[in-house]
Amino acid sequence: MVVLDIFMSRYVYVLIIVLLAIGLYGMLGKRNLLKKLIGMNIFQTAIFLFFIEGAAKAGGSVPVIDEIIGMEAAQYINPLPHVLILTGIVVGISLTGVALAFLLVIYRAYKTLDDRAIMANMKEISE
Amino acid sequence: MSSLSVLILAPLLLFCFISALVGIWKLKWSYAAAVTGVALALAAAVAGLCRVLADGELRYFLGGWPPPFGIEYVLDHLSAFMVVIITFIGLIAVIYPPEAGLYHTPRRGIPAYGLLLLLIAGLSGVVVTGDLFNLFVFLEIYSLASYALITLGGDKAVVASFRYLILGTIAGSFYLLGVGFIYFSTGTLNMADAARLLPPLYGSPTIMAAVALIVVGMGIKLALFPLHVWLPDAHSYAPPVVAAILAAIQVEVAAYVIVRFMLTVFQPQYFIDVLPVTTVIGWVAAAGIIFGSVMAIAQKDFKRMLAYSTVAQVSYIGLGIGLANPLGLIGGLLHILNHAFMKSCLFLVAGGIRHQTGLHAIPQFAGLGRKMPLMMSAFTVAALSMVGVPPTAGFFSKWYLVLGGIEANNWAFVAVILASSLLTAVYFFRVIEKLFATPSSGDPAVEQAKEPPARILSPILILATGIIVLGLINALIVSYVLQPVVALLP
Repeated sequence: MVVLDIFMSRYVYVLIIVLLAIGLYGMLGKRNLLKKLIGMNIFQTAIFLFFIEGAAKAGGSVPVIDEIIGMEAAQYINPLPHVLILTGIVVGISLTGVALAFLLVIYRAYKTLDDRAIMANMKEISE
Repeated sequence: MSSLSVLILAPLLLFCFISALVGIWKLKWSYAAAVTGVALALAAAVAGLCRVLADGELRYFLGGWPPPFGIEYVLDHLSAFMVVIITFIGLIAVIYPPEAGLYHTPRRGIPAYGLLLLLIAGLSGVVVTGDLFNLFVFLEIYSLASYALITLGGDKAVVASFRYLILGTIAGSFYLLGVGFIYFSTGTLNMADAARLLPPLYGSPTIMAAVALIVVGMGIKLALFPLHVWLPDAHSYAPPVVAAILAAIQVEVAAYVIVRFMLTVFQPQYFIDVLPVTTVIGWVAAAGIIFGSVMAIAQKDFKRMLAYSTVAQVSYIGLGIGLANPLGLIGGLLHILNHAFMKSCLFLVAGGIRHQTGLHAIPQFAGLGRKMPLMMSAFTVAALSMVGVPPTAGFFSKWYLVLGGIEANNWAFVAVILASSLLTAVYFFRVIEKLFATPSSGDPAVEQAKEPPARILSPILILATGIIVLGLINALIVSYVLQPVVALLP
């Protein structure tokens, strides 16, 4: 039962680590540039989930002071990580937008999004 | 006037918008707005440095919220030193005319100057902020601006920029994850507050993981040896002005972040004795110096050679961090300043050569030295400084690094510094020989080459003069600015 308790209290972190690993594999292991970008999004989302999980409290209420719940900080979930992650999401969206624009230009220039084909093409032009 | 740290950022961000907006209908105004913005920021940065030297650190609470609740901006010796370098090199790069610096005058509506200002604002923000998460935001602001600016170099540059974007995002995310670990362990994002709360937690594996994530993330941004793969492509395909800013100041800001964590957020002992951070950085940097220099010798393209030379030169800064004694760190920090002047000068020369002749490969440069004596003299000064010939500035940072190596009894590092000076001499004297000693091959591009106009020449000559002046006044910089920074080290 102890093992189950530990698992229940930590399973979110296991999921986050799995997501981080999938994201890293997508970014570094995949040849297709679009799949690299999807890997990047998964990787960032895992980090966002880590912050949100850190803010959660069992039985915590929304962080708006309520007379019934009182002034005890333990009764409210931590709003700060949510605010940080809102900023993080904005950064992630901008990165995705810029990267998609790059992919459009790359596809128009090379007619492919395959990493090795593009590398071979770049070598050919420079020699 | 503790608000000086904000006054550095405000004109950059304001004129970033103005420059992008007026650029829609008149490109000249966009250029003028950009120069005004960076000049104002430089004035504020110099005023900030003077205030810091007179009164010690300046702290400003954004919105009047005192830390740890609000974000604070801190100007101390280290950040004032960095922000003056950033805004000065930024100003020179923005003044450099676009037809040479960006290959061609950008079309109306392309906010190239707005992005340059955003890049400089992001870099300045990273060094003045005293908040861990705010640092991440500025990190991503300057990264986004640099991804966009690299693509001005054409189709190949877009591919290089995309690869940099992926690796740069991994770096930024590692940093964010590390900050998350620190935040959930201490409950604070303020650097000074974290420094107060962290010592009892030094044994915790969470904090150790945070340090590892932040150092690896910044190692990617700093292009430390095995993590440098994005740099040569991105810097050699980017237009000269962009490459100058990236190589001279953008990469070095990551070194600042590592030094800031080592000295301010954590105690230096933690990075030196408890965790082997400085040892690892030192050896990796030593490998990077040799690798970068050898690769630079093998390059035919001038800008690509400079890009590999950047890999070697930023590793000197890493070596200074790795030595982790006052002399070594002074050498590393002084090398940030010297490398900023040398490398931006060299990239602007590369832009000038390409603008005047259309040439970019070193074997084609034969006989060019007699055609443009002033620009090539500036090149020679910068090249001699890279090699480390006194009295140029480059000699003194290497001198302090060697002294630091001797003090640490680390003769391997001393040998690496001396060996790499020889390798640097090989790849720069090869170019100097082509320029001045080899007779022209009769290439019409060389035969018709003329000295570039004053608009192109003056920024290059200012930087070249700066290299010699910095060499002469280096004792002042070390004793007034850098000694207080390294006073914390054992």
